[in-house]
Amino acid sequence: MTGIQLLRAVRSDDALKHLPFVMITAESKSENVIAAKEAGVSNYIVKPFNAATLKGKLVSVLGEF
Amino acid sequence: MPKGEVDTGLVVRLDELREKHGDSVRIEEIQDVVESILATMGGDLSASDIELFNEVEALARFIHTAKADIASLRPDEVKDEYLPAAADELDAIVAATADATNVIMDAAEVIDGVMGDVSPEIAEKLMEATTNIYEACGFQDITGQRITKVVKALQHIEEKIDGLVTAFGSEIEKIKKDAPKKTENDGPISDEDLLEGPQLAGEANTQDDIDALLASFD
Repeated sequence: MTGIQLLRAVRSDDALKHLPFVMITAESKSENVIAAKEAGVSNYIVKPFNAATLKGKLVSVLGEF
Repeated sequence: MPKGEVDTGLVVRLDELREKHGDSVRIEEIQDVVESILATMGGDLSASDIELFNEVEALARFIHTAKADIASLRPDEVKDEYLPAAADELDAIVAATADATNVIMDAAEVIDGVMGDVSPEIAEKLMEATTNIYEACGFQDITGQRITKVVKALQHIEEKIDGLVTAFGSEIEKIKKDAPKKTENDGPISDEDLLEGPQLAGEANTQDDIDALLASFD
């Protein structure tokens, strides 16, 4: 199962669909990002990343939660 | 010689054999008879010639099969896709380790800079630690040299494969036509398919690019 497939499964589950979902991936192509956004991703972090980026994204996502 | 006609040499030889052996031939004389007839066929074609011809034909079949097998390995793909990708990945390793080493050494220099602000005992420990860091950073030079050797080996392989692609061009085109490359949609997705690894710097979107793309949806 790919990350996008997991995301779609989460978003289609009534109990989980509002869960914040951050993808951390090496897939940095625009089509991958667009597909993730359309599937309902909360944020998208591309590898390699640093701690500051991870923290900033998580704080941002949890602030919206 | 037109089909249906009998070689005159063969007729003469058969008459000679009939005169010598009669209409019936003893088993132990069959080899002589056959060799005599073979010697007539196609002029000077002897049994050893036919054996040689069979060997050459078998060799030709072997070479043809070997060429098809080599072509099916798709050396063009190795040359056009895998080798350049491997060289790019190795270049990325060299660049990443160089960047990381610079960051580590800059941090060690910062530590060096504050040694005057601490007690001599602590300064000595810090000096020992930063010296160890500088020495360990020598890995970047060593790995760089080793990777350069690997890149040279890849270049050598690429030259050889280039020769194969040139030599087997027609067979490769036939294989490409008969067996098109599999797409990502073929078969189930394995764990290896999912492990893309980091993108190369020149090809990848940065985090800023991705943030801008995500923001465009808002």
